[in-house]
Amino acid sequence: MTAAPTAVPAAGTGREPNHGLRIVAIWLPIALAADLLIWFVWGPHLPPGDLSNSAASQQSDLTVMAVLAAPVMAFVLVFAGYALVVWRHREGDDEDGPPIHGNTRVSVAWIAITSALVLSLAVFGTAELVNPAGAGAGEGNTPIWKPGGGAPLQVQVIAQQWRFTYRYPQFGGFESTTLMLPVGQNVQFNVTSLDVIHSFWAYQLGVKADANPDVDNVAYTRPLHTGAVTVRCAELCGLWHADMTTAGRVVTVAAFRGWATATRTQLAPLTKNLPPFTLTYDPNAVAQLGKAFQKAGLSGAGGQYYGPQYPVQP
Amino acid sequence: MSLAARVATLIVAVFAVAGGAIFAVAHYLLGGPPTVDFAAGPSGQVSVVMQTDASSSPAAVPDHPTWVSYFIRAPATGRWIHTTLFQVPAHTRVNVTIFGYDGSTPVRNQYWGQVTGTVGGVAHYGGKPVQTVNGWNGPYLVQHTFAIPGLNLNVPVEAGPATCTAGPCTGNAHSTTTFSFETPAQPGAYRWQCFVPCGLSYLDGNGGPMQTIGYMTGNMQVAS
Repeated sequence: MTAAPTAVPAAGTGREPNHGLRIVAIWLPIALAADLLIWFVWGPHLPPGDLSNSAASQQSDLTVMAVLAAPVMAFVLVFAGYALVVWRHREGDDEDGPPIHGNTRVSVAWIAITSALVLSLAVFGTAELVNPAGAGAGEGNTPIWKPGGGAPLQVQVIAQQWRFTYRYPQFGGFESTTLMLPVGQNVQFNVTSLDVIHSFWAYQLGVKADANPDVDNVAYTRPLHTGAVTVRCAELCGLWHADMTTAGRVVTVAAFRGWATATRTQLAPLTKNLPPFTLTYDPNAVAQLGKAFQKAGLSGAGGQYYGPQYPVQP
Repeated sequence: MSLAARVATLIVAVFAVAGGAIFAVAHYLLGGPPTVDFAAGPSGQVSVVMQTDASSSPAAVPDHPTWVSYFIRAPATGRWIHTTLFQVPAHTRVNVTIFGYDGSTPVRNQYWGQVTGTVGGVAHYGGKPVQTVNGWNGPYLVQHTFAIPGLNLNVPVEAGPATCTAGPCTGNAHSTTTFSFETPAQPGAYRWQCFVPCGLSYLDGNGGPMQTIGYMTGNMQVAS
């Protein structure tokens, strides 16, 4: 503040301008412009896109968050800029400004606005989690939020160091390294692992679910458009974690059915060697392993991959 | 302590720390297994010969664990090199021979019993073509796999009739798995790995040699 408390104001300079009104007048068009840009220009390009309903939901959530955050950020910046320009220290002004604590109106407004923002976002966030059936996140083996509209296409995601494979139980249980999905149909991912902890992250689908051994982690989505999907492991899982990727596709229903039928036929000799479809697999206790060990003259008795005679770590 | 002595001490300390850092970085960058370079022969093809062993002899892996391991035969000398790094030319047919000196270690996911990405979609066990191997029930048993995920290449390696525990082995009974594949036109590094968790004594077989370049995983460098 430049005015000294003891000084008599000169004529024409005694009225302090309405700083609050000035700040709002500067802030309002900036906030409005920022929100319009976010909603109409930036929002449609925010990750992860709109390939699926869960991805589109995440994109709209990010847009809403950005629209709400932009005015707050703009206000802080405008206030800081205004203070730097108007209330900056001037030559010869060595006195403190007046104390401004205890302003009930400002305190109430601050608490009310921030509370309204946070509580409304909490309600909005919860609704957004429920609405697209878990928002693409893993819901564990007993999912609370399930999509309506009939039985979904079931795809089992099997993670192993360092590759994802996919089983399609509704098409004879064949297993493939290719993730192929039909557009417009609900998909249920049953995510599990054969060894360590991985994470199935189908970026463009907005699906991310941990892959734990002996755990069935369910996630839902519904592809809205055809297009490419990149699957990455999102849990540091060993030497080639960074290389644990899969290229997938969302295709038309007819193309998917054609692919699934052809792959089922092509992989029939392999599929009959696979264990029956279950939600999890214990690769360390496979009944058939005992036969293989016997044939090889090895001592892996009881179908255990490595018998109890071997320590966990050297 | 005089100013000169303090300055000298500081300089020595700075050089010691810098030298240590340089040594550590150089040791990390240069201390890995060697790369075996394969050039195309007169036919325009490359022959890569490898072997798998249940464990390595201490003499073959001085200062390193004697884990289960791949070895690669150097084309110029015929010597077995303890490495999993090799270089091949781009857009070239590679004929691979793997001598199996390890016993049965069945694939956990039977999916990896399928031969993919090879010329003709087949591998040969002792000269007999195979496409899908049931490593749990036979008739062929599997010990390891040779897989290059970036090329969708996967070959289950036939289990040997005996287990050699002092790799690299030469005179012992072994299986012979052969297959061919085409290297891509695009130069680059393609990681390869075994999909059978065979790190005996490690948690579920996933640690140790499975995670260490030079044992059960490595890189194929495709050169232009």
